[in-house]
Amino acid sequence: MISAPADALPLKTSEQIVIARQAVRRRAVELGFSLVDQTKIVTAASELGRNAMQHGGGGHVTIEVVSDGFRKGLRLVFEDTGPGIADIALAMKDGYSTGGGLGLGLSGAKRLSSEFAITSEPNVGTRVVITRWK
Amino acid sequence: MERIPILKMGGYLLVSIQVDMHDRLAMQLQDDLTSKIAETCAQGVLIDISSLEMVDSFIGRMLANIAAMSRVLDAETVVVGMQPAVAITLVELGMSLAGVRTALNVERGMELLSASRDAAERQDDLGPR
Repeated sequence: MISAPADALPLKTSEQIVIARQAVRRRAVELGFSLVDQTKIVTAASELGRNAMQHGGGGHVTIEVVSDGFRKGLRLVFEDTGPGIADIALAMKDGYSTGGGLGLGLSGAKRLSSEFAITSEPNVGTRVVITRWK
Repeated sequence: MERIPILKMGGYLLVSIQVDMHDRLAMQLQDDLTSKIAETCAQGVLIDISSLEMVDSFIGRMLANIAAMSRVLDAETVVVGMQPAVAITLVELGMSLAGVRTALNVERGMELLSASRDAAERQDDLGPR
C-alpha cells in the first residue's frame, strides 16, 4: 500500500477523479461493455475515487483487464494511505457517512459491481477492489 | 475560473451541463444558481443533463440541493434529459432523486414550469382565503 504502481492514476484532486473515470470509461468501451455496464463501473469508480480523496487523503487507482477463461472484465484497485476504516461493516451501511456526504459511496459502489472486496488497516490505509464482468 | 453558464429567459433560468463535472464545479453551479434565483426573482429553473454520461451521489445531491433551495426561494426546478443508462445506475446506486421534478426533454420541462406558474397565478387571483 506504500508505493503506487507505475500505471496507477492519482486521486488527489477532484479533477483527477474526472480523469480517472474517463480512463475507466475508455477501457470499458474497448472491452465492449454495454452502455449501462459502462455507466455502472464509471459511477462506482467516481464514488470510490472520491472516498480515496476525501477520507484517504488522496490515493490512486489501477485499471486492469481480467479474464476468468470464459469472460472478460474490468478490475479497479483503489488504494489510499489514509487513516483506514475502523468498522468496515458500519462504513458499508447505506447512509453512514463521516464526511458529510450521503453515505452511498461504498454501499453504492458495491451494488454497481459484480465483485467487491475491501481491506483496511488503521493508520496504514484502505484498499478496495471491484470487478465488473462483461 | 471555470463555470457553467446560466441563461435567463423571461422568468426562467436555463442551465445545460455540457462537461464532465468535477466536484468543485458542481458546488460552484449550486452556489451560482441559488444567488441568481434571488437576484433575478426567477420563477423556474430548468437544468438539462442530457449530455451527462454519469450522475454519481455527489452530482445527485447537488441536483437535490438546487431543487430544495429554489423551492425555499419560491422557484420551481425541473431536471430534464437524463439518459436511461444514467437513470438505471443512479437508482441502483441508491438515489431516487425524491423531491426533484424531472421531465424527458427541454420542451416538456418548459411545459411543466409554465403550468406550475399558471397554477400559482390562479392561486394569487383567488386571493387569501
